[in-house]
Amino acid sequence: MATITVTVNGKTYTSDVEPRTLLVHYLREHLNLTGTHIGCDTSQCGACVVLVDGVSVKSCTMLAVQADGANVLTIEGLAQNGQLHPLQEGFWECHGLQCGYCTPGMIMAAYDLLQQNPNPTDEEVRHGLEGNLCRCTGYHNIVRAVQYAAAKMRGEAVPA
Amino acid sequence: MTAETMPTKLVGQAIKRREDPQLITGQGSFLDDIKLPGMTHACVLRSPYAHAKIKSIDTSKAKAYPGVVAVFTGEDMLDLNPLPCAWQAGRVKNNVNTPRVLAVGEVHFAGDPVALVIAEDRYIARDACDLIEVEYEPLPVVVDAKKATEPGAPQLHENAPNNIVMEWEAGDKAKADAAIAAAEVVVREQIINQRLIPTPMETRGSIARYEPATGEFTLWTTSQAPHVMRLVLTAFVFGIPETKLRVISPNVGGGFGQKIFCYNDMAFTMWAARKIGRPVKFVEDRSENYKYSTHGRDHITDVELAGNRDGTITGLRVTTYANLGAYLSTIAPGIPTTLYGRIITGVYRIPAAYVKVYGVYTNTAMVDAYRGAGRPEASYLIERMVDRFAAEIGMDPAEVRRKNFIPPDAFPYDNGLGLLPYDSGNYEAALNKALEIVGYADFRKQQEEARKQGRYLGIGISSYVEICGVAPSKWIGLPGEGWGAGLWESANVRVHLTGKVVVTTGSLPHGQGVETTFAQIVADELGVPYDDVVIEHSDTAGTPFGYGTYGSRSLAVGGTAVYRSVAKIKEKAKKIAAHMLEANPDDMVYENGRVYVKGSPDRAKTLAEIALQASVAYDLPEGMEPFLDETTYYDPPNCTFPFGTHIAIVEVDPDTGIVDLKRYVAVDDCGNVINPMIVDGQIHGGIAQGVAQALYERAVYDENGQLITGTLMDYAVPAAHMLPPFETDRTVTPSPVNPMGVKGAGEAGTIASAQAVMNAVIDALSPFGVKHMQMPATPENVWKAIRAAQASS
Repeated sequence: MATITVTVNGKTYTSDVEPRTLLVHYLREHLNLTGTHIGCDTSQCGACVVLVDGVSVKSCTMLAVQADGANVLTIEGLAQNGQLHPLQEGFWECHGLQCGYCTPGMIMAAYDLLQQNPNPTDEEVRHGLEGNLCRCTGYHNIVRAVQYAAAKMRGEAVPA
Repeated sequence: MTAETMPTKLVGQAIKRREDPQLITGQGSFLDDIKLPGMTHACVLRSPYAHAKIKSIDTSKAKAYPGVVAVFTGEDMLDLNPLPCAWQAGRVKNNVNTPRVLAVGEVHFAGDPVALVIAEDRYIARDACDLIEVEYEPLPVVVDAKKATEPGAPQLHENAPNNIVMEWEAGDKAKADAAIAAAEVVVREQIINQRLIPTPMETRGSIARYEPATGEFTLWTTSQAPHVMRLVLTAFVFGIPETKLRVISPNVGGGFGQKIFCYNDMAFTMWAARKIGRPVKFVEDRSENYKYSTHGRDHITDVELAGNRDGTITGLRVTTYANLGAYLSTIAPGIPTTLYGRIITGVYRIPAAYVKVYGVYTNTAMVDAYRGAGRPEASYLIERMVDRFAAEIGMDPAEVRRKNFIPPDAFPYDNGLGLLPYDSGNYEAALNKALEIVGYADFRKQQEEARKQGRYLGIGISSYVEICGVAPSKWIGLPGEGWGAGLWESANVRVHLTGKVVVTTGSLPHGQGVETTFAQIVADELGVPYDDVVIEHSDTAGTPFGYGTYGSRSLAVGGTAVYRSVAKIKEKAKKIAAHMLEANPDDMVYENGRVYVKGSPDRAKTLAEIALQASVAYDLPEGMEPFLDETTYYDPPNCTFPFGTHIAIVEVDPDTGIVDLKRYVAVDDCGNVINPMIVDGQIHGGIAQGVAQALYERAVYDENGQLITGTLMDYAVPAAHMLPPFETDRTVTPSPVNPMGVKGAGEAGTIASAQAVMNAVIDALSPFGVKHMQMPATPENVWKAIRAAQASS
């Protein structure tokens, strides 16, 4: 067992974990933060994306011990004071989700994308999310949802 | 949405989904999110061989591994029956072979389960699986459906000579033979509809709990049909009373057909939970989902289409080898028969058509319904051949379609293939609209110009019809199509004392927005606030028996059940209001949530007042039962037949073989639309899966039966940058089958799209002499098709 201290969504946890424990299992099984999902076993699908020290990471591809001392943001920490994040709002407004399984990872990946590029073209959104798979939407409305959030975060009127 | 911003009529409005708030905040409850006290974790050891005898299994090391609770093999579970095959279409009789919960004696595909480890956590369970020693004696393997029927092919099951599950036919062979013999033009192809893996983003799984005191099981499972699972698990697999099992589908992360069926983990989690006295959880990893859970398509078809030089199609003859995998999955035989062969002529009036289908066992994962289920295969076949015919006679493919469409005044239309009559349609209107949006005439000029510059543009048209709202029980049932049950759907509507409305339904969503759509209908029809309506589903405790969600049936069948229950509520409300107002029940009018006396709109009672009276019940009409509570079991009189035209534009680089899908236009007609945002979303997702088949996806087994596209690294589910935006529009031809005039939209996009893209690719490659190529149009396949055409010219 290894002892780690991780701050997740602003709260600090100290836990004993097996060294082989994946970060995604630590979040889901130890901290009961089940909003982060698992969709594959080869780091393709992105359902497990979280932010580690501000950068998007596939949490199935990182060990919990590697997150020792880190600051992690998951989907559960995105809304502030009951106010949805513009990305969450965009996905709801634009029908950017159907079954909702890929959605947490998709939103967290989009969060990182918009940090790096606050004013992306549709093409840049598509390429920015190429590490995340969705089987329901065909991505059409995911692109719209991200553009909705991008506009809102820039303080502009949201696209129709 | 607040009450102030709610439009007065909700049907037809793009209401934001009530399902979403929990899903966008990480508060959903998917199967793997559920934790029960004392819960254990299961891991399955699977056969690495595609066909082998099991000589011995040694579980001793695994049993001794710290943290392991138990290890079981197939021999331990002989009290369980094999999983059932419920749709024995095509005169399947004595050659049904369904999987055991764990294999006994022999394995028939790579991934067949041979042992089960139950442990304190999933890491330990996986570790212990590696400690089980199995001795196999490998046997010969066959993975190709056509080769499996040839003399000398390896045999999978003793009761199925030549590996044939069934030989099935529809149409008139003599007429088709004669039409082909007499035709001015006959085009022939072998068309392969490659095997696909449905790939819902959430894999499958089950959690079972057993209560020894009552002998009752609770099963949480990723199912599109919890009531059906309850029935088949108790009646067929366990042989226990149905009342001893409650099945719950939690949030389900996509299904696409794969989650309709009865799988072994449902049974082994239940069996093991009873055995060890603790709850058991099993969740597939993605590789297991690919190896074990059902695949789709996998047809090899020889097709001949006959016609005249004026563009009239006169005949169609089809022979299909449908690969059903190593065993029969729950409804597998019905897919390449009822849902494929019976609609093989598509949107065309073809006077002589005949189709023969061989269902075949091979050493591969089971094949069953995958989004569209038979209809994409049918639609691909006919639409590819119509283009092939148009090219052969030098006629515009849009014109050939127009010339052969079933005309709008021919409905209801009997296609002569044993299907119920197509309910309604206007195929040319949808084609014309799509051609107009895409700018067809201009495109042909651009194409001409581009070719002069050495650029290869192509356009592909797909005009489709499909079968939704399945199905009238009288038609689909055992004596007819071989479905071993009904296909009606249920809904109960109750108006509680507070005026709030509770709907329970046998339909259930896994992304389709059923809660939102049904609530829109109920709010409108009852005239109550949308937020006063709750839709409950997915739990066999508390919902009426229903067949579940698949085959684009939730709205047309389940939604109609809701609609009818609401109508019954309104009738009873009128009687109670008449009594309260001392008026004649025949003079009562129900409007906007209140009942008034005809001609005296001020003499009225609101639904809430009536519901209160119905509940407290001290002053009801003589002989009337209390409460507003109505149930409907709706059995549709016909299926519904959505249609439309999709058009793709591609540019192909002949040097690299890369296909650039530049535009995608979809005009769909699913009858009346309840929520256009949700319908468009369904169409988008459907298109993505069809485009994926055309350009990217293919499940490949090598000759030893190893799935070499066994992970998402090898199986090319498209990401966002691999798909274009979609231009969607619609025509509206209401269905006469149900009172809302709705048809269904869940599968249309997939049924329409693969051939739109392939027709475009082949149109682009026509200057090279390419007449057909198999999917997927990967760079390698395109490059080879060009080289092959050039070599043969």
